[in-house]
Amino acid sequence: MINYDLVVIGGGPAGLAAALEAKKNGLEEILILERDKYLGGILQQCIHNGFGLDYFKEELTGPEYADRFVRMVEENEIEYKTETMVVNITKYRKITALNQNDGVINIKAKSIILAMGCRERTRESILIPGSRPAGVFTAGTAQRYINIEGYMPGKKVIILGSGDIGLIMARRLTLEGAEVIAVLELLPYSSGLVRNKVQCLDDFDIPLKLNHTITRINGKGRVESVVVVEVDENLQPIKETEEEIACDTVLLSVGLIPENELSKNINVELDPVTGGPIIDEKRMTSAEGVFACGNVLQVHDLVDYVSMEAEIAGKAAADYVNQKYSSRDNIIELMAGKNIRYIVPHHIKYYEENQKFIKLYMRVKKPEEDVRIELVDDQGSMLMEYKKDIVTPGEMLSLVLPEKKLDDSMKGIEISLYKR
Amino acid sequence: MKSDVLIIGGGVVGTAIAREFSKYELDVILLEKEEDIAMGTSKANSGIVHAGYNASMNTLKGRLNTWANPMFDQLCSDLQVPFERIGSLVVSFEEDDFKKLRWEKENGEKMGIKGLEIVDRDRLLELEPNINPEVSSALYAPTAGIVSSYEFTIALADSAVINGVNVMLGTEMTDLFIENNQVKGVETNRGRIYSSIVINAAGLFADEIASMAGNDIDITPRKGEYHLYDKNWGDYVNHVLFPIPSKISKGILVTPTVHGNLLIGPNSEAVAGKEDYTTTNEGLDIVFSAARKLVPGLERRDIITSFSGIRAVASTDDFVIGPSDKNVGLINVAGIQSPGLTSAPAIAEMVLEIAVEMSSEYSRELTLKSNFIEKDDFRERLPERCVYTDTEHSQWHDIIGENSDYGEIVCRCEHVTRGEIIDAIHRPVPATSVDAVKRRTRAGTGRCQGGFCGPRVVEILSEELKIPRTEVSKKGTGSEILFAKTKDYLLKEVGEESEKDYKL
Repeated sequence: MINYDLVVIGGGPAGLAAALEAKKNGLEEILILERDKYLGGILQQCIHNGFGLDYFKEELTGPEYADRFVRMVEENEIEYKTETMVVNITKYRKITALNQNDGVINIKAKSIILAMGCRERTRESILIPGSRPAGVFTAGTAQRYINIEGYMPGKKVIILGSGDIGLIMARRLTLEGAEVIAVLELLPYSSGLVRNKVQCLDDFDIPLKLNHTITRINGKGRVESVVVVEVDENLQPIKETEEEIACDTVLLSVGLIPENELSKNINVELDPVTGGPIIDEKRMTSAEGVFACGNVLQVHDLVDYVSMEAEIAGKAAADYVNQKYSSRDNIIELMAGKNIRYIVPHHIKYYEENQKFIKLYMRVKKPEEDVRIELVDDQGSMLMEYKKDIVTPGEMLSLVLPEKKLDDSMKGIEISLYKR
Repeated sequence: MKSDVLIIGGGVVGTAIAREFSKYELDVILLEKEEDIAMGTSKANSGIVHAGYNASMNTLKGRLNTWANPMFDQLCSDLQVPFERIGSLVVSFEEDDFKKLRWEKENGEKMGIKGLEIVDRDRLLELEPNINPEVSSALYAPTAGIVSSYEFTIALADSAVINGVNVMLGTEMTDLFIENNQVKGVETNRGRIYSSIVINAAGLFADEIASMAGNDIDITPRKGEYHLYDKNWGDYVNHVLFPIPSKISKGILVTPTVHGNLLIGPNSEAVAGKEDYTTTNEGLDIVFSAARKLVPGLERRDIITSFSGIRAVASTDDFVIGPSDKNVGLINVAGIQSPGLTSAPAIAEMVLEIAVEMSSEYSRELTLKSNFIEKDDFRERLPERCVYTDTEHSQWHDIIGENSDYGEIVCRCEHVTRGEIIDAIHRPVPATSVDAVKRRTRAGTGRCQGGFCGPRVVEILSEELKIPRTEVSKKGTGSEILFAKTKDYLLKEVGEESEKDYKL
């Protein structure tokens, strides 16, 4: 059994930033466990630019962004193991992992940070019937084939889902010589960032068909065609609009699911809305000494936010090990009100000296313009009010909650969004 | 090429027969038109080892099922495929159905099935806390079990191969070779193969082969669709749950699988195409709502895959097994619908008996290498395989020490290592496609459905088979996954066009 102060599960952007911040805050024995061949996570296959504008105040590609953190990890002499898969954790923070050199590794950690990221929803999650030929990929898998492996997974492609990866892949495939027939989106709006829609579709004349979906995949060995249909306001197919479109490849960008299989081993309480653990403002889960950050906690649209969230968890893990926590008398629950889908953190538990504010992250349910966001406590008093020109489910919203607004009798705060 | 016994069809029936004949000093060939074993009915079905109470003793189905059921413990242990006798419950909601349950119980008891019991509502709710509380009673059959039908079939084929059977994949028979009212072999896409005895175990195509010998067997393909759930749901029910059966099928069931998932299905629809493995919204809706009647807590969000299977239903509604009465040397094994998987080991023994009888009756016509002399070196057991998920960690640590490939987990959802994937590619019946690896190792069967491990499996297949990655397929020729290397593709497909543009 090897002992560590902190084991970080996952060496993607969240894990790296968390480990660094824990080191800065005084932890010495830190180990990062990464299942892939290299650190950096999914960033390594995101060779497009647009990363780092918030965090580094400059525009980087995914591998560049990852590289900055990998270098810092090496400079700070933080230990890591790649091609190492964590297969089990226990509530006593014992970790079992596997790799080629060490065999089965058993570790005891004073704290754990969960940073396993997320996986893509598949064809099966959205139940597209038809045959089961080759040529149906999730957008991320196709991205890996092109950018990491160097192979073309398709020539004539239809993309379902206008999430960011779908939009990025429409451009990527076009640049590699494939024909992207269209990007289809079930909802009446794109779920990706506006800049991606402009730069990846509009600039390449790739049509975005809103309110459209695929109802059938045809083909024996390889995809031969798909049946595309328009949907009504209840997202139900309008039969008369069915159209069969020939293609050899279907790419799916239909959402991401936080990968909490390990968290379930220790019965970490999960939020059915985010798919991630329920956490306090330190990013500690319902399991003592186990923290979560990055896409395992909530699916982010910007890696910059992942880094920031991970730093909170990294510092918190260090403070936890060094026993620097002081609890509030009361736990303040944060509740999603009108047109708010979820809020992270879920509750506020600790008191910290010199803390001026707590940052709250949230997503709205549907797009809206000219809105006002109200924070109201359980006594009905309005604590804060913010105004925004535009909100969409595709862009995470962040607000600050000043410490001076909180008091010892407060039990909850509801956040709601209204049209001005 | 020449053999004593030639079996057409690499499904559970064909492979069970092949293994049975491999116990004797005979040259045996098994033909399979697809590029892997278990590509038809044996690939996609409920995977139930039935207790056998629901078919009458006067039918082959009934007799063979009851004969075969007790064979599974030893056989699955020898073949190293998971098998669990979890028991089944036929659940009734109406008082009127009680008569049906009683008939099944009495019928089963006549056939010697042990442990049958009619349980009341309270006991049923104890056995199955998540079952619909409106149930009234159920027939409990403790001898029913679950098995993975494709793994079972592949293992039977592996066992046949290590005992000397020549399994020829990608070999499609096109005609019977008949002379003087005697079947003397088959024509295939790879040329003629002579054989003294030909066994037609061609599943959905058995009627077509029988008709080549003048035998009229009427087979209707019936399609059934399924949903498979995430392992979160694996212990949601404890037994195989059946509704009260209808005339055409045992109904839409809810069952755990040997790998800890939950399976619901199948509906039963007569279809025109024998290879129409498509799923439909309509079919899956029927499956879901019927399953929900048994287990109302089911939701659709954790479904990780949907698929369909086709069973070959004979017009007699029973198995059709016997020597051809038109031509010597042919044995037809047709119409093997449910409980075909369960019955397969008994069918194999029955076919052997028929062959022995045939060879003594026609000893002049049928020249066999030996008169069914038993081999003294028949290997019951397949060589031990390393399976991470079945092994203690301390032991696995040593396994990694001997071969580091077992230390690299490739499929993160199902915890399958590189070593296991390499083993699958080199099994007696080798895995040569991504799906073939999946059926042998479970890599890609989990909740991400191969999103993460797909590219890795393609890479390993390419290395082990020494073929370019562009030749690696999902399920055989025509289902290749990658078209070209990225830059090659740009230069070839687009480069030529842009060159033309520049010249203009």
